[in-house]
Amino acid sequence: AENEPSWETPCSKLLVYVSTPGCDGFPSLDSKESYKLSVSKGSMLLSAETIWGALRGLETFSQLVGRDENGTYYINETQIVDFPRFPHRGLLLDTSRHYLPLRAILETLDVMAYNKFNVFHWHIVDDPSFPYESSTFPELSKQGAFNAMTHVYTASDVSTVIEYARLRGIRVIAEFDTPGHTLSWGPGAPGLLTPCYIGKTRSGVYGPINPIVNSSYQFVTSLFQEVSTVFPDYFLHLGGDEVDFTCWKSNPEIRAFMVDVGFGEDYKKLESFYIQRLLDIVSSLGKGYIVWQEVFDNDVKLRPDTIIHVWKESNLQYIKEMANVTRAGYRALLSAPWYLNRISYGQDWIEAYKVEPLSFEGSPEQKALVMGGEACMWGEYVDVTNLTPRLW
Amino acid sequence: HLIVTEPVAILKASEVWGALRGLETFSQLVHEDDYGSFLVNESEINDFPRFAHRGILLDTSRHYLPLKSILTNLDAMAFNKFNVLHWHIVDDQSFPYQSIYFPELSDKGAYSSNLIYTPTDVRLVIEYARLRGIRVIPEFDTPGHTQSWGKGQKDLLTPCYSGGQPTGSFGPVNPVWNTTYDFMAKFFKEISSVFPDEFIHLGGDEVDFSCWKSNPEVKEFMKKQGFGTDYAKLESYYVQNILDIVSSYNKGQMVWQEVFDHKAQLKPDTVVQVWMANNYAHELSSVTGAGFTAVLSAPWYLDYISYGQDWKKYYSVEPLNFPGSEKQKKLLIGGEACLWGEFVDGTNLTPRLWPRASAVGERLWSSSNVTNLQDAYRRLTNHRCRMLRRGIAAEPVFVGYCTHEAR
Repeated sequence: AENEPSWETPCSKLLVYVSTPGCDGFPSLDSKESYKLSVSKGSMLLSAETIWGALRGLETFSQLVGRDENGTYYINETQIVDFPRFPHRGLLLDTSRHYLPLRAILETLDVMAYNKFNVFHWHIVDDPSFPYESSTFPELSKQGAFNAMTHVYTASDVSTVIEYARLRGIRVIAEFDTPGHTLSWGPGAPGLLTPCYIGKTRSGVYGPINPIVNSSYQFVTSLFQEVSTVFPDYFLHLGGDEVDFTCWKSNPEIRAFMVDVGFGEDYKKLESFYIQRLLDIVSSLGKGYIVWQEVFDNDVKLRPDTIIHVWKESNLQYIKEMANVTRAGYRALLSAPWYLNRISYGQDWIEAYKVEPLSFEGSPEQKALVMGGEACMWGEYVDVTNLTPRLW
Repeated sequence: HLIVTEPVAILKASEVWGALRGLETFSQLVHEDDYGSFLVNESEINDFPRFAHRGILLDTSRHYLPLKSILTNLDAMAFNKFNVLHWHIVDDQSFPYQSIYFPELSDKGAYSSNLIYTPTDVRLVIEYARLRGIRVIPEFDTPGHTQSWGKGQKDLLTPCYSGGQPTGSFGPVNPVWNTTYDFMAKFFKEISSVFPDEFIHLGGDEVDFSCWKSNPEVKEFMKKQGFGTDYAKLESYYVQNILDIVSSYNKGQMVWQEVFDHKAQLKPDTVVQVWMANNYAHELSSVTGAGFTAVLSAPWYLDYISYGQDWKKYYSVEPLNFPGSEKQKKLLIGGEACLWGEFVDGTNLTPRLWPRASAVGERLWSSSNVTNLQDAYRRLTNHRCRMLRRGIAAEPVFVGYCTHEAR
């Protein structure tokens, strides 16, 4: 009859055409993810410049397939030309506040692929625990993990994550946050952290990495040498957020150093002193870096290809920050309005959806410096029991 | 009464329900040493609950909850000494309860034909709960919250009018037709026999009067009854009839606070559930002052999630902090942590409910002087890891780890 859908020869093949080979490579910030999908009677064609575009197209194709009341799979005739607005679409997981078993990370990577995310920002260590098994410094996880046998990521675990992500067109950007957020580094690296003082005596408590001793720089050089080889992405996230100056201020050697170098009482200068040396170390290892916004806010001298990660949210300050960062010529990533760990009652997805990353005052050149953003799932209240329903 | 010595431990209780609670405590006293041996310290415990009604409300209308979810939750409730499952089984959005007398109710009112609770399912829940010392109190909320009832039962809900014409939409149950009460009599006869607990929750909350006000028959009825323009009187008229019906089946009734607030004539043993957060202490005074038993839920709406350790605010509630005599305070028989279902289904129920509800559980069981937050934190994190070991995916309290993580 005229109006019945004609289930003719069922479509059985999707032809995938990729113009640039690259199945063995890794995705990067510059990867082209565009694709064309053409579905018509008799032929289904997916074409993309790169394998990464083909992956995105396959995801779209899989979402176009429907099922009718009889159980028959069908797909509508359709023409799609698709490409991402932003090249960096990331998700942050925190495996220090709570250890996340491998399967939780792999499951997250699957769902990221379903949602066309392409960056897994692995905030792997922090104050509470150090689950990363370092081959150069095995004591770090031996002393710093919640449990060195059961709550660690072995080298094999890490390469599993990297490969699982790669197959889904997802970059893995590891974050080893310093000089703050490093309490768990202390037990396995004696002498690394600043000893805090009460008056003239050590209090027994430790603070950020000690920026005035050469051993600290030797240590981070060796560690980042390892991290640079383990993680193939061009970028490393170096952290640099929320450095608490109280411990540094309490330490008499540091106070003496501040006088010697003429920093006075401006501890931001000491923080910059550390960060600058760290950035030089990391670039000499051939890596690019992403840093949290404090590094920019505190006037640290940065390489022009540094990416600034904007996260501070109160009073919508992030809109001004995006303008400032891009006006200074740096590329920016937006996370501030997307802290998904900050749950609230109701359909909060709406607020996240309404965010317009480019809604700041700036020239088109500035806006072109926004690489994208990241949804962050900090782990204070999150582990494998509630990660997936909280994120998705 | 639990005595642990060598070579035996003795658990004595006057009823089997006490034995269940004692067994739970005993199981929590057993711990594992570093070599994997199980140990229990010599102890002597005399324990009893502070409040007799310690409940969890689950909503299976806003989202269908698979049986497995409900049963897992009953396990978790037992681990936390909760003893009432308040099953808010139907509401506006869906009617998953498969009625024997009125099969059309779920045929037309459930989300879909497989998202229902058959009589076997219901019996399973009741028995699973019973074996854990948990009462199942069903709630069939009327006259509001009944949109889904109208799909399978013609001429039950009030047709709304606009400009003298029916609009096609419906409001609360129609209180002026005799057929309404014929239906309710038959329906609650079934419910009374299906659910063995002495009490049935009849709802009575959030009745929107606008549809009633628009309906000419209802307006006519109001005039005849001399209710004037006070629709709360019409609501009370309806509720009183339902209370009579349910009483005739020898069931006690629980109602939401509006039923009391709108001055319906309640039976002396009606239990009033106080849920409105604004000034609930005042409401507790009024309810108990009028001689009625009360159950507190207002500060324990666990569906109202927020960032951080909100268990502390649930733990810090002191239910008897309301102006009243000793006699009045005795009328507050307990409380219920409510997990309304607008944003909850099988994918997130367990981590959202536990261990936050554990804070409510302790508040309702333990003595009023057990209030130290640091001590509670230590025990709560421990208890959370215990629940994980037992297969309850309770979410973390704060930063840290369990030796046996969730699988």
